[in-house]
Amino acid sequence: MDEKNDPNLDLLRNPVMLTAEHALDEHHRGAPMALKRGRGKRDRLNDATQTEYSDQTVWMLAVKNNRDRVAFGMIFDFYAPRLKGFVMRTGVSGAQAEEIVQEVLLTVWRKADQFDPHRAQVSSWIYQIARNRQIDVIRKESRVMPEELSTDLKDEGASHEDASQIMAVEQEAETLRMALARLKPGQREMVEKAYLGELSHSEIQAETGLPLGTIKSRIRLGLEKLRHELKELRS
Amino acid sequence: MSTIKHHISDPLMAAYAAGNLPYHYELVVAAQISMSDEARARLAAHEMAGGAVMMDSAEADLSAGMKNNVMAMLDEPAPKDVSYQKSGVFPGPVMEALKGKPPKWKSLGFGVRQSILHADKEGSVRLLYIPGGEAVPEHSHEGLELTLVLQGSFSDETGRFGVGDIEIADDDLEHTPHADPGEPCICLAATGAPLRFKKFMPRLFQPIFKI
Repeated sequence: MDEKNDPNLDLLRNPVMLTAEHALDEHHRGAPMALKRGRGKRDRLNDATQTEYSDQTVWMLAVKNNRDRVAFGMIFDFYAPRLKGFVMRTGVSGAQAEEIVQEVLLTVWRKADQFDPHRAQVSSWIYQIARNRQIDVIRKESRVMPEELSTDLKDEGASHEDASQIMAVEQEAETLRMALARLKPGQREMVEKAYLGELSHSEIQAETGLPLGTIKSRIRLGLEKLRHELKELRS
Repeated sequence: MSTIKHHISDPLMAAYAAGNLPYHYELVVAAQISMSDEARARLAAHEMAGGAVMMDSAEADLSAGMKNNVMAMLDEPAPKDVSYQKSGVFPGPVMEALKGKPPKWKSLGFGVRQSILHADKEGSVRLLYIPGGEAVPEHSHEGLELTLVLQGSFSDETGRFGVGDIEIADDDLEHTPHADPGEPCICLAATGAPLRFKKFMPRLFQPIFKI
């Protein structure tokens, strides 16, 4: 297959341009295969095998665990331009968008210990920080966030990295991106508007056409596992 | 049409993930997520969808020097975050709304009490304390009503709601929730517009109670 027609490269360049057939092919053959490498019998991996995670997760874990500035620079290069584009889609000027991006990236650095790859992919974690920042700029009341998981659970999650769970979350995120690319234009626009914060809850349709149920189950499983391990540790 | 569910609906969760719920509803949703792994996982799924949308955005060029500016700021002291933890039956977000203090209850009669956490022209959110077996006064409300149980349980025409359950009531549902016999029921309730009680209290008093 030459480079021009390689759907893998095509996908890397611009997932929006994918045809439905390409996306389906990718979904069923390409992406899951790529991730299978890391799904061995070992439940827990050491640092050396972390390269099986996506680059973004590896960078973020380096920032979280080692306060690695080079890795943070990688995160910046990868996310800042996309984040600026994303923020500008909500009608914010370029200059204001950069202020928001700057705050978001600083928060990524400062709150790196809150990043939990068992429950969130790097882009979903950054999405949440970005929306917080935007709400805090727009609204008088600062955004109400759920209580953090209890320290015991967080410590347990941090000390026992569950590679299979982290890989599964990454795989779900990839599947989700494919599904988003496959949506019909009208439905896709609805989904984008919803997550850009342009639709009220009554305007959002219950069915997004995205496989959110399976993602929820996977993350739920991760939380249950964590609670179970903590219980065993204490007994 | 009335829709009642015991958990947060996907449209509400998506709007919460996008930060597009008004404060009074947002507080109830954040409180429920704090109490339920199921809700936490559902939020994570919606945030992942948001992340996918973000990643599909066209890249915008950054100003020269922006990266250097940010890198240079990494060592600056971070603004202190105040985070509130669960206290008694009140999850973190409710403690935040209470600014870490116990609720100031006001009597509504028959042992029923309320503590208004926030009210503006868009809506309000309050704590309700209903002794076991007592009824919440019959009321109607414009817009959505979200009721989250923090202690005890209540039942109405549509079912029974226990700790962590959330009732989502559309505006044309007229219901008479009553606390189940036993311990007092404490709820966090948000309404989109002034809550109108039907018989329990004359309309005249409503401005006083902000309801």
